[in-house]
Amino acid sequence: MQRFVVLTLNGLTEGSIYAAMALALVMIWRATQVVNFAQGAMAMFTTYLALFSLENGAPYWLAFVIALGCGFALGAVVERVLVRPVENKPPLNVVILTLGVLLVLEALAPMLFGGQIRSFPAAFSIVGLRLGSLQVPFSGFDLFTLVSVLVVMGLLLLLFQRTDLGLRMRAAAFNPEVSRLLGIRVGRMLTLGWALASVVGALAGLLIAPSLLLYPTYMDQVLVFGFTGAILGGLDSPPGAVVGGLVMGFALSYVGGYLGSDLETVGALVILIAVLMVRPRGLLAWRAQRVV
Amino acid sequence: MRVSVFKWRSLLTPTLSRHLGLALAAFIVLLVLSSQIGAYDDYNLAAIAIFVIATAGLNLLTGVNGQLSLGHGALMAVGAYSTSLLLRGHDLPLILVLPASLTAAALVGAVFGVAAARLRGPYLAGATLALAVGLPQIATRYSHVFGGEEGLTVAPQVAPAWLGADFPPERWIAWIAIAAALITMVLLGNLLQSSVGRRFKAVRDHEAAAALAGINVARTQVVAFVVSAACAGLAGSLFAYWAGLTAPAGFGVALSLQLVSAIVIGGLGSLSGAVWGSIVLVFVPALTGGMASSLNLPSAVGNNLPLLIYGAVLVVAMLVVPYGIDGGLRRLFALARARWAGAASNHKGVVDWDDPAGG
Repeated sequence: MQRFVVLTLNGLTEGSIYAAMALALVMIWRATQVVNFAQGAMAMFTTYLALFSLENGAPYWLAFVIALGCGFALGAVVERVLVRPVENKPPLNVVILTLGVLLVLEALAPMLFGGQIRSFPAAFSIVGLRLGSLQVPFSGFDLFTLVSVLVVMGLLLLLFQRTDLGLRMRAAAFNPEVSRLLGIRVGRMLTLGWALASVVGALAGLLIAPSLLLYPTYMDQVLVFGFTGAILGGLDSPPGAVVGGLVMGFALSYVGGYLGSDLETVGALVILIAVLMVRPRGLLAWRAQRVV
Repeated sequence: MRVSVFKWRSLLTPTLSRHLGLALAAFIVLLVLSSQIGAYDDYNLAAIAIFVIATAGLNLLTGVNGQLSLGHGALMAVGAYSTSLLLRGHDLPLILVLPASLTAAALVGAVFGVAAARLRGPYLAGATLALAVGLPQIATRYSHVFGGEEGLTVAPQVAPAWLGADFPPERWIAWIAIAAALITMVLLGNLLQSSVGRRFKAVRDHEAAAALAGINVARTQVVAFVVSAACAGLAGSLFAYWAGLTAPAGFGVALSLQLVSAIVIGGLGSLSGAVWGSIVLVFVPALTGGMASSLNLPSAVGNNLPLLIYGAVLVVAMLVVPYGIDGGLRRLFALARARWAGAASNHKGVVDWDDPAGG
C-alpha cells in the first residue's frame, strides 16, 4: 500500500511534466498541423541557458524567467524563419526540418556549454514534506512542479477562452483563409502560438532537469513520453493532452515500480497501442473519425 | 530495318527485363568500383547498400502508400537479432539466414501493420515511434537471450577461397550487400509497376476513392507494411553481418529517424530517392567526421560538428530542395530538355518550376 502511494505521487509529478510537454505539442499541432520534434531539444537549450545564467551569478528566479523568455524567442524564431517557408510543401518536410533543428541544438549545446552531465538546482527542497510525524514521499519541489504546471494551464485556458487575442489565435488556427478576410494577422498569430508553446516546453525542461540531470539529450525521453501522451489524449484536444500526459506519468510509474524499470517504455508502447486500437484518434477525440 | 527495331523494342519494353538489365549493369559497375577502392570505402559502400534496402522499403510504405513509420529501426533490429540468434552456436549459411531473418521481420510487420491500418497521420507516427523506443528495451530486459546492452556478436563472413586468400572481408560483405540491394530494387521496381503498386498509390492519394473503386484499403495497407518490414528485416540481417555486433544501442530512435530523413532528402516515393538518401546518410557523417578530426578543434566542438552539419543539412535541404534530390534532379533534367527543345525549335525554353514532376 505504501509503495502504491509512493508510485502514485511519483506518477503525478512526472505526469504533470509530460502533460506540459504534451500541451506544448498540441498547441503547435492545432496552430500549424506540425508535430514539433524539436520541442524537447528547444527546452534542453533554454535550460542550459538558465544554468549558464546561474553560473554567472543570476539568482534562481531570474534564471527561470530568462529560460522562459528565451523559450518564447526561440519558438517564435523557429516558426517564422524555418517552419513558415515549408508551410506549403509536402507535410513530411516540416517533420524532417524539426528533426534537423533537434540535431543542430543537441550538437550546439555541448559545443557552447560542455557535454558532461551537470546537475541543475531545484527551487525548493527535494526532501519529502512532513505531515506531523509522517514523512510523505512528495517534496516541496514536486508540489511546485504540480502547481506551476496547473497555473500555466489555467493561464492558457484563460487566454484561449476569455481574451480577444486567444479568440483570434483560435480563429487563425481553425480557418486561416476566413480569419485573414476578417483582418486577423494569421502569420503573427501562428508565430505567437509557437512562442507560447515553447514557453510551456521550456517550463517542462526546467522542472524535470533536477531529477533527470542536465545533458544534451536529456529531454528526448520527455519528448517521446509527452508525444505519446498527446497521441493518447488526442492531438486536437488540449484537455486530452493533459489527461494523456498524466496517464503516461501514472502508467510509467506503475510499470517501472511493479514490473521493473527496464520495462517502462515497453509498457508505454503496449498502453498506447491498446488505447489507439479502441480509439484511433485518442481518448478525448470527438470529431468525425474519417473525413471524406 | 523496321522489323529489327521493333524486335529490339519488344525485348526491352517488359518491365522485368529492363529492370534486370539495369540491375546487372549496376552490379558490374559496382563490383569494379569496389575492387578499385580501399577497405574503408568498401565498408561505407556496404553500408550504403544496406541502407538502400531499408530506405527503399520505407519509401514504398511512406512515399508510395502514404503511411509514415518512425519505427523502421525496430524492424531492422528484429532482422538483426534473428540473424544473431540463428548464428549463435550454429554455423548456418548466409543464404538461409537472410530469408529467415526477413521472414521474422515480415511477421512482426504483419502484426504491427494490422494495428497501423487503423491509424492515420500523426497517430501512426506516434505508435511507430513508440515501437522504436519500446522494442530495443526488450533486448535489455531479457538479456540472457539477447545479450543485454553488450549485445550479440556475429562472426564476419569469409570470402570464398576462389577469390584469393587475401580478398578483404569488407569487399566481400559489400558485394553481398550490393547484390541483395539490387535484387530488392528489381523486385520493388516490378511491384510498383504492377496492380499492387497502383493500389498502394490509389490508397495514398484518396482512401475513399480507392475504396469506391473496389480496393480493400486496410488489406492494401497491411500488405505494404509487410513488404516494407521484410526489406527492413533483410537490411537488419545484413547490418548484423556488416557490424559484427547486434546491440540495442545501434537500433535506437535515431536509426528510425535517420531512415525517414533519408527518404525525404532523397525523394519521396521513388526508388532512386532511396539511393540518394542512403548516400547522404552514409557520406555526410563520414566526410564531416574526417573533416572535423583534421581541423584540430577542441574535442567538445570537434565531436559534435558532424551532428551539427547533418542537422543543418536536413534543415537546408528542406528549404532548398523540398522534393528531395530526386525531385531536384528531375527538374534540372526538365529544364535542360526544355532548353534543348527550345533551341531546336528556336523558342525560349520555359519550365514550370512549381511542378514537382518537372513537366
